Amino acid sequence: MSIEDLTPRETGGMIHPEVRAPVDESERHQDGGRLQHAEAASKPIAAPKTREPQPRGAKIRGNRPIDQGEAAERFLAAPLHQAAHDERLWDLRKKRDVSAHGIPEWEELREIASSIKAHTLSRLDTYLEQFEAAAKANGVHVHWAADGADHNRIVLEILRSHGARTLVKSKSMLTEECGFRHHMAASGIEIIETDLGERIQQLDNEEPSHIVAPAVHKTRMDVAEVFAKTLGTDPDNDDAHYLAESQRETTRPYILNADAGMTGCNFAIAETGTVVTCTNEGNADLSGNVPPLQIHSIGIEKIIPRIEDLGVFIRLLSRSALGSPITQYTSHFRGPRPGTEMHYVLVDNGRSERLGMEEFWTSLKCIRCGACMNTCPVYRRSGGLSYGATYAGPIGLIIDPTFNKRKYSTLPFSSTMNGSCTNVCPVKINIHEQIFAWRKVLAEEHQIPLLKQGMMKAAGAVLSRPAAYRAAIGTADSALRALPRFAVYNPLNTWGKKREMPDAPKQSFHAWYKQNRMAGAAKKDVS
Amino acid sequence: MSAGTRAATLAAIRRNRPAGDHPLPQVPVFAPLVADDHVAAFTEALKRMGGRVVEAGPAGDPLGHVRERLDAAKVVASAVPEHAGNRDLSAVTRPQAVDDVDVAIVRARFGIAETGSVLFTEAELVVNAVAYLAQHLVVLLDPADIVVNVQAAYKRPDFAGAAYAVLHTGPSATADIEGVLIHGAQGVRSLTVVLLPRGDVRAA
Ligand code: SF4
Repeated sequence: MSIEDLTPRETGGMIHPEVRAPVDESERHQDGGRLQHAEAASKPIAAPKTREPQPRGAKIRGNRPIDQGEAAERFLAAPLHQAAHDERLWDLRKKRDVSAHGIPEWEELREIASSIKAHTLSRLDTYLEQFEAAAKANGVHVHWAADGADHNRIVLEILRSHGARTLVKSKSMLTEECGFRHHMAASGIEIIETDLGERIQQLDNEEPSHIVAPAVHKTRMDVAEVFAKTLGTDPDNDDAHYLAESQRETTRPYILNADAGMTGCNFAIAETGTVVTCTNEGNADLSGNVPPLQIHSIGIEKIIPRIEDLGVFIRLLSRSALGSPITQYTSHFRGPRPGTEMHYVLVDNGRSERLGMEEFWTSLKCIRCGACMNTCPVYRRSGGLSYGATYAGPIGLIIDPTFNKRKYSTLPFSSTMNGSCTNVCPVKINIHEQIFAWRKVLAEEHQIPLLKQGMMKAAGAVLSRPAAYRAAIGTADSALRALPRFAVYNPLNTWGKKREMPDAPKQSFHAWYKQNRMAGAAKKDVS
Repeated sequence: MSAGTRAATLAAIRRNRPAGDHPLPQVPVFAPLVADDHVAAFTEALKRMGGRVVEAGPAGDPLGHVRERLDAAKVVASAVPEHAGNRDLSAVTRPQAVDDVDVAIVRARFGIAETGSVLFTEAELVVNAVAYLAQHLVVLLDPADIVVNVQAAYKRPDFAGAAYAVLHTGPSATADIEGVLIHGAQGVRSLTVVLLPRGDVRAA
């Protein structure tokens, strides 16, 4: 299946012409043209000005399996939100394509990036030791955390030993994974998210729905409502500039008065002990350069060997994520400012175990660009919160079950297996093959019978029998019947637009696999 | 305990090491995407990222093309000899103290033609935070200091030597609300590069 087969039908360059915004408020080029850098839309997109309550995410019931399909149906039943969401993410995907096509060596870069990651992961112990030694030589305090709770405990200790009570931070999926904010709230530490999208989510008591654009599922009306309630803005003013400026004005005092600052980490350089962050707002730089104490939380898989390797990853990251050649800020933190303290917390949280999972260890190559989410027809139509997990979309399907097999046992079934995620991944993770492999694992380990019968009726029979699965999806029509409820689910029933039909695979996964993967098997770097 | 965790993590990694040989690839030097005129390429790339680029002013007034912005500013913090400013960055003891800066002027160590980026380290910024807390940033860049692409940039020694190094590509930006692009999300509202050679005689 080619990428083209998956392209949704467009009218005037849009999937949903009704979300074309009447006014263009975007910033302008020095010479007058329209700008579309950072995560900006390439054309004005806005949900129509009819108030529609924001659909909320999956219902979390302890350890019980997440019903992604149920939450997805509620998202689909909010057509204005759904259309704006779908359009916005598809737009990012198209910006990514334009950007990638502008680089003749794109495929080679992906291959090299993938190999650098494979290399580093295969010698992760050595590179971590090298990183730690370099960091210590630079005057950085290095801590090791076994899991999320350990991370939170270590950070709390650092804060307490400085008498710190407030912390400003930039966006970090790792700290989401650790449940950091919730833990700190219980310990009396005030945490302020400084990324606009992340701040919106914090103020609304919601998790981020997308790893790059945390509030992408919200319309400006939703944001106006949240800010009116929490920041005291004018509830009737949903102008994006007004809302963003209100956040800037109200966050600045927190930044100036914070006792500590925290960032995540996009890349950690073994040879120099450097932490690299890529942001558009400059808030990682504020968090790292204003308070007298700075903490960087680092997933152990973020290591790459050399500064020189950054040349490959930086060229891929923002282009894959947003279609921009680079983020506004690429920041390299190597040592403390005079008179201040700098700490690294290296977090495992299941990564060292994942390394030993033959079929799944390459998921550790992920650089969190979000391209697989933007291209995924299920993700675009159901919203990130429907997954009920830290990581949504295709990458979520393959890493969430490593955190909790029972709770996330249903997620690998929220896919049409079209392979588009694999095609866009800048580090060439075989995402859809891993999704399929997870289905087998979960079936074999009997996580599947725990599911609601209805959801698994069609899929269950073929799960543990790949041959039957392959035969069943030999034609597009029966593929839809062989696939689980979400893929079968037809939005036609919800708001009656035939063109919103999920993209049915025109060629089966296996046929696609044979044609595309086997052919390139000689070049494959993964087992 | 951290020491126990360290040992346990490293042991788990060794136990779970993926099979197979995974050599570190050599990164080839790719042909530049930009034409030979690096200044033109830099200018075009930076403008697309929301930055502004102006030529050096006439003799005696090298910052002439940003004069309006400077004249409108109450507090100007300068880290360059080409302009005095009225806030002495070397006397600043707390980064919070530069929150009232309207315009900061700094010199870039180098620029990147492919992306329109400029690099600063703590040496150029004097107070790192001024590049974010100021309302506007004016950057002096010697056209001779423009490297061809990101790969070439990362072959330079600057990153291994600095405690803090940062590439700025345009101003602080966000589009977290419905994709509407907004400058000045948290950091500077504008970034203007003045193409001014180092030690230009006009900067008397
Ligand atoms: S799996 Fe690949 S495409 Fe998806 S977020 Fe990670 S790096 Fe990006």
